[in-house]
Amino acid sequence: MKKIKKIKIKLNGKVKTVNENLKIIHVIKNLKIPIKKVAIELNHVILDKKKLSSINLKKNDKIEIVHFIGGG
Amino acid sequence: MGKDKLIVANKKFNSRLIVGTGKYKSMSECAKAIELSGAEIVTVAVRRVNISNRKKPLLMDFIDPKKITYLPNTAGCFNSTEALRTLRLAREIGGWKLVKLEVLGDKKNLFPEMIETLKSTEILTKEGFKVMVYCNDDPLMAKRLESAGACAIMPLAAPIGSGLGIQNKINIKIIRNQTKLPLIIDAGLGQASDATIAMELGCDGVLVNTAIAKAKKPFDMAVAFKKAVESGRLSFLSGRIEKTLQGSPSSPKKGII
Repeated sequence: MKKIKKIKIKLNGKVKTVNENLKIIHVIKNLKIPIKKVAIELNHVILDKKKLSSINLKKNDKIEIVHFIGGG
Repeated sequence: MGKDKLIVANKKFNSRLIVGTGKYKSMSECAKAIELSGAEIVTVAVRRVNISNRKKPLLMDFIDPKKITYLPNTAGCFNSTEALRTLRLAREIGGWKLVKLEVLGDKKNLFPEMIETLKSTEILTKEGFKVMVYCNDDPLMAKRLESAGACAIMPLAAPIGSGLGIQNKINIKIIRNQTKLPLIIDAGLGQASDATIAMELGCDGVLVNTAIAKAKKPFDMAVAFKKAVESGRLSFLSGRIEKTLQGSPSSPKKGII
C-alpha cells in the first residue's frame, strides 16, 4: 500500500500537518466551519466556495478562513 | 416623519442611527443594545475564524443579517492593500457590496489616512462596491471622495472612541451644504446630545459604537441615542429660528397691567 505523504500548511497563521493532496473542503468540514458564514483565501487568492472540493493542498499553502465578528 | 428615510445606495432605512458591534461584554448584550437602538445597519469586522475553539458563539447567530444590514468595515487596516483584501473577503462571505471603508493612518489618534482612503474608494467603486467612506472633516477631501464614487461621506466628529463629540461644526456644515450624498457622522460621539447636534447640522445619520457599548448602562444609552437622533432630525426638519443678539419677549406687550 502506498504511504500517504504528509505536508505542512499554514491555517489561519498556525502550522498544521495534513495529508498531501487533501482537498480544502475537507479542512473546512473537519473543523465544522459553516461554509455560508465564511470566506476562504488560499495563498492570498479568494476561493470560489463552490470549487472547494476541486482544490488539493500543496506543501506550504497558506489558508485564511475569515468571518464577521463584532466591530465598530 | 414616516416617510423620512435614510437612503444609502438606493436602499431605504427607517432608522438614521447606525451602530457598531464592537466592545460589548457579550454578543447577547450587543444584540439587545442594537434592538433597543432601533438601528437597521450595523458595522462588523472581518477576522480569522478561531480554529482552536470552535465553540465560540458567532455574530450571525445573534444578529440575523436577513433582518439587520451588515456593513463590513475595514477597521484596523492601515493601507489600501489591507482594506481592499478585507472588503473583497467580506463580499465573498455572502455577497456584501455595501461596505464601510476605513483606512487608518495613525495608531494613536486613529485619524484616517486620506490618500490611501481615496485610492481605495476609486478601486472599490470600479469593482462594483458601494462604499461608505470614513474620512476627516475636510470639505475638499469630501469632494474628492464624492468624485471617486463614494456612496456616503462619513466624517469623524473626533478621534474614534474618544467621546469628545463634534469638534468642527463649521466643516461639517460646509460638507453638508456641498453634497447631496448621505452625510453620516462616524466616530467620536460620547453622549446622546452629540448625535442630536449632528442631526441638527443636517447630517443624514450617525454611527455610534463606543458611546453605547461602554456606557455604564448600554441598553439605556442605546435608547437615548435612538431618541436623540430622532429628535435632532425632527428639529432640523422643523426649521430653527434665526439667531439674534436682541431679546424678544414671548408675551404680548399689549394689556400689561
